[in-house]
Amino acid sequence: MADQIRVNSDPRAALAGASVKQIDLRKRPRIGETIIQTILYACGFISIFTTIGIVYVLGQESLRFFASDEVSLVEFFTNTVWQPVIGEFGILPLVNSTMMVTIIALLVAIPLGLAMAIYMAEYASERVRAFLKPVIELLAGIPTVVYGFFALTFVTPWLREIFGRDVVQIYNVMSAGLVVGILITPIIATLSEDALSAVPSGLRQASLGLGATKWETAIRVVVPAAFSGIVAASIVAMSRAIGETMVVALAAGASPQFTFNPFLPAETMTGHIARISGGDLSYQTIDYNSIFAIGLVLFFMTLTLNIVSRMIVRRFREVYE
Amino acid sequence: MAMKAIDPQYTADSKYALEVRNVDIYYSAFRAVKNCSFGMERNKITALIGPSGCGKSTVLRSLNRMNDLIAGARTEGEVLYRGQNLYDPDIDAVQVRRSIGMVFQKANPFPKSIYDNIAYGPRVNGWKGSKAEMDELVERALRGAVLWDEVKDDLKKSGLAISGGQQQRLCIARALAVEPEVILMDEPCSALDPISTLKIEELMFELRQRYSIVIVTHNMQQAARASDNTVFFLMDKEDRAGQIVEYGPTEQIFQSPKDERTEQYISGRFG
Ligand SMILES: Nc1ncnc2c1ncn2[C@@H]1O[C@H](COP(=O)(O)OP(=O)(O)O)[C@@H](O)[C@H]1O
Ligand SMILES: [Mg+2]
Repeated sequence: MADQIRVNSDPRAALAGASVKQIDLRKRPRIGETIIQTILYACGFISIFTTIGIVYVLGQESLRFFASDEVSLVEFFTNTVWQPVIGEFGILPLVNSTMMVTIIALLVAIPLGLAMAIYMAEYASERVRAFLKPVIELLAGIPTVVYGFFALTFVTPWLREIFGRDVVQIYNVMSAGLVVGILITPIIATLSEDALSAVPSGLRQASLGLGATKWETAIRVVVPAAFSGIVAASIVAMSRAIGETMVVALAAGASPQFTFNPFLPAETMTGHIARISGGDLSYQTIDYNSIFAIGLVLFFMTLTLNIVSRMIVRRFREVYE
Repeated sequence: MAMKAIDPQYTADSKYALEVRNVDIYYSAFRAVKNCSFGMERNKITALIGPSGCGKSTVLRSLNRMNDLIAGARTEGEVLYRGQNLYDPDIDAVQVRRSIGMVFQKANPFPKSIYDNIAYGPRVNGWKGSKAEMDELVERALRGAVLWDEVKDDLKKSGLAISGGQQQRLCIARALAVEPEVILMDEPCSALDPISTLKIEELMFELRQRYSIVIVTHNMQQAARASDNTVFFLMDKEDRAGQIVEYGPTEQIFQSPKDERTEQYISGRFG
C-alpha cells in the first residue's frame, strides 16, 4: 500500500500548505474477496437446503403413509398399539418410551451436569479447570455404541442385582435412560459452565462482600443469573436424548409396548427406526413408509425444543440490557 | 470452617474503627503495597488517594479480606478491628465481611428486584423476621441511601432497570441492610455524572453519623470536599510497590502538605 502514497518531500511545499501527498482513493476490484464471500454465502445456504431436503423427503413418504387406507392421522396419534404386522400403527408406545428414556436421562444429567458446572466455574482453580473441561468434552466424543454396551453389560446386570431378576428385564428402559443420562451430562456440564462463567464477576463480589459464602453466592446469585443459559443447555441435552439411537437400540429392547414401568423392555422412536431400516424392508410398503412418519414426528419434537430454547435465550439477553 | 464471631461486646477504646499496621500485600511474588500503617477514625470519612496503580484498591480490599478471593494474593502485617487482627488464622473472612461492607467501582446490583437486592444480605445472614419486618428493613435501608422516594412505588422493578446513579445508591442501600460498622467504597462515583456524584457525597456525610467510611478516589476535589482524613499513596519507583507518603486530616493534607510529592500531586503536577 505504501507505494500508492506519494509524499512530496520538498519542505517548502509543506510549509506553503500545498497538497503534499497524493493518495489514490479510487475504487479497486478485489476479486479474491468476492470469491471468498460467495463461497461462504453458499456454505451458509447448504445447511438450509439440507434441512429443506430432509423435510421434503420425510413429508413425501409420510404423506404416502397417511394416504393409505390402513391408518388415519387420528389413529396414528391415539392408538396405543404399534404392531405393523397386524396393521396397528399407533405411535404412542414409541413416543412414551422415548419420553421415559429422556426423563430418566435428564433426572441423571441435570443435577450431575449442573454440579460439575458449578464446581468448574465457581470452585476449581484455573489449573484444575483447564484439565477438567477437555476431559469432560472428551466424554462427549466416545462413540455411542460403547455407551450402549456399557448399559447392557454393566448397568443392566447391576440393576438386576439390586431390584431382582424377575423385576428387571434384560432389556429395559431404565438402563438405557441412565446411560443416556451419562451421555448427555457433558453437554449440560460444559454449556452450563459457559453460562455460569459469563455471569459478571462483580455480582459474585457483591454477594461475597455482603457476607455470603461461596456456596450461597453460587446458588443464590450466579445460578439464577445464568438460569436461562442453564435451561438452554438442558434443552439441547434433551433433544440429544430424544434423538439418541444406539444406546436405546442396544439396551432397551425391540418390543414397542405401551408401559410406564421402566424395568420392562420398550422401543423408542429412534430405536424402532434403526431396527426397521436395518432390516430387509422393501420400498413402498406401508411398514417402510411408517418410519418416515415417525421421523417426521421426531423432527418436529426436536424443532419445537430448539425454538423454545432460542426463545429462552433471547429473553435472557433482554434481562441483561 | 473455623468460626470466630467478632465480639459484639467489645467497647472501643481505640479511636480507630480500623487500623492497619505494617501491612505488605503481595500478588504472588509481586509486592503491590509495602509498609502500610494508618488508622481510620470512627464515624469519619477516610479518603485513600494517589495515582492509578499505587495500590489503593488493594489496601481497601485487604480491610475486609476481599483479597482472599484473588488467587495468589497474600497479606502480611495486621489489620485491627475491634481489637482483633483480621488476619489471625482463626478469623472467618465471611464473618468479617458482614461487619465491614463494600461498595464497588462499578454499580453491581443483582439481576433481581430492588426489594430482593436489599433483602439478599439479611437473608444470607440468617434473617428470621417476618415479612413486615423485612419490608421495614428494606425501607430503612433505601431511606438510608436516600433512594426511597425515587423507588418506593416500584420495589418490584429490576435493580438493573434504574439509572446508574440510582444503581450505585441501591448498592449502598444493600450494604446498609446488613448493618455493617464500616463501609468501604472503591471509587463509587467514577462512572457517575456530576449530579449523581454530589448525591452520593451528601449521602456519605449522612452515613458518617452511623458508620465509618473508607473511600478510594482519584478525584482530588472529591477527596477535598468529602473526607475528614486523607491518606496519600505513591508507587516506589524502584520496586513498584505502593506506599504511604503522608496521612492526616484532609485540610492539612490539601492546604499544608508536609511532603513535596503530596503537594505536587494535589496541585495536579503529576499522577
Ligand atoms: N488481581 C490482581 N492480580 C495481580 N496484580 C494486581 C491485581 N490487582 C492489582 N494488581 C497490581 O497491584 C498494583 C496496585 O493495583 P491497585 O490496587 O488496583 O491500584 P489502584 O487502585 O491504586 O489503581 C498494580 O500494580 C496492579 O497491577
Ligand atoms: Mg483501584
